[in-house]
Amino acid sequence: MSLVLDSGEINRALKRISHEIVERNHGVNSLVLMGIPTRGRFIAERLREIIATIEGPVACGTLDITMHRDDHRLRAPRVLVETVMPHGGIEGKDVVLVDDVLFSGRTIRAALDALGELGRPNSVQLAVLVDRGHRELPIRADFVGKNIPTSIKEQVKVYLTEHDDKDLVEIVTVQE
Amino acid sequence: MKHLLSIHDISADQALDILDTAAQLETLTAGAVKKLPTLRGRTVVNLFFEDSTRTRLSFESAAKRLSADVTNFTAKGSSVSKGESLKDTAQTLQAMGADAIVIRHPASGAANRLAESGWVGASIINAGDGTHEHPTQALLDAFTIRKHFGPSMRDFSTLNIAIVGDILHSRVARSNIALLQKLGARVTVIAPPTLIPVGIESWGAPFSYDFDEELDQFDVVMMLRVQLERMNESFFPNGREYSRGYGLDEARLARLKPGAIVMHPGPMNRGLEISAASADSIRSVVVEQVSNGVLVRMAVLYQLLGGPDLQGAGGAL
Repeated sequence: MSLVLDSGEINRALKRISHEIVERNHGVNSLVLMGIPTRGRFIAERLREIIATIEGPVACGTLDITMHRDDHRLRAPRVLVETVMPHGGIEGKDVVLVDDVLFSGRTIRAALDALGELGRPNSVQLAVLVDRGHRELPIRADFVGKNIPTSIKEQVKVYLTEHDDKDLVEIVTVQE
Repeated sequence: MKHLLSIHDISADQALDILDTAAQLETLTAGAVKKLPTLRGRTVVNLFFEDSTRTRLSFESAAKRLSADVTNFTAKGSSVSKGESLKDTAQTLQAMGADAIVIRHPASGAANRLAESGWVGASIINAGDGTHEHPTQALLDAFTIRKHFGPSMRDFSTLNIAIVGDILHSRVARSNIALLQKLGARVTVIAPPTLIPVGIESWGAPFSYDFDEELDQFDVVMMLRVQLERMNESFFPNGREYSRGYGLDEARLARLKPGAIVMHPGPMNRGLEISAASADSIRSVVVEQVSNGVLVRMAVLYQLLGGPDLQGAGGAL
């Protein structure tokens, strides 16, 4: 088990990402943040707060991807999570998908499908706290908190105060 | 969960999970695209040995909105009229690769028979068997009640619900009483003595022969259809007398508590158990029940078919 990011580092990474998002999109006018449950939702909420202090208010929603997953036949049905449409919708907006860890890319593939069902954004970008590699699909992140090279046997665990009572990212080795 | 045969097989938490899932599905399908890819490649067979409009259409749209393939089977115009047995019909469906069979049958226990016989490996959903149960109707009624009295309610104990009419022949009443009591509601059964089944004491619901006595106390009044096709003797002198005692007319409608809702599982006998004015009044949620039916049936199909293949796993739930 090793510590990758502590609370201060998580904050600094999110601040940097916030600046990058605003810079890339030339402000916040058509910007929408969409968090992917469970933890992407809290990260999106934090980015919204930071962007509000540096540039101005930005719409923020939640996107449940359960019904669009490709592994339904491999595991028990999951409980659906709430999808919250951001104020003003996503039609013609520049949507930034937000998640905690980017791994195989399958979650993001499902998110793109789920988003397509809600409307047609002008563009879709991706912000993640951690990119751990091992992609199985041609997908990449536009904004990354930290790149962590990992072994496929390792697991990246993200803890956030809103959900787990502490801010921490660590790597654990899974025992066979 | 492998089958949905009876409300008695599921716990309050399982029922609430289905209602929560239905609520999320409502937001997911509210946009321009109403279809989700979740059950792509699955086959749902509607096996209807009894006439139905709402339930069959509802299951069909639910399965289609989840991208499952749907095959409809109605006894009329099939080999059943040549004398084919339930077993042979079921095995034909099995050979065609059905993942779920939605069955409506005039015999009580038909869905159980299909699930427990080992004839088929598919998930069985009871869409009404004789005078026994109609579990998805109860779930959609609970969903409708929840939308009106608190969308995230997990406990119905503040609600006073009347189920009125042909209790004797009603599978809707049996499933509804079981589910609403499970969720904590106070359910009162109201009917003429001839339409109250023997042994109703064991249901745990108080019953009354007088519709007017507590009329202004109910939050929900659920009217049942008088099932003339199941009546081969006279249970009441005539329609007008039944309406006078147990029909929801304008006078009774006016006495309902503010905020109370009127439900009916359909099809309605307008002028018999419910007057046209009551059926079309602002308190009536009959049309809403139909659209909620699709959402609840989507949630049930998702819970039964959304996981790994259970073919051959056997056993109810």
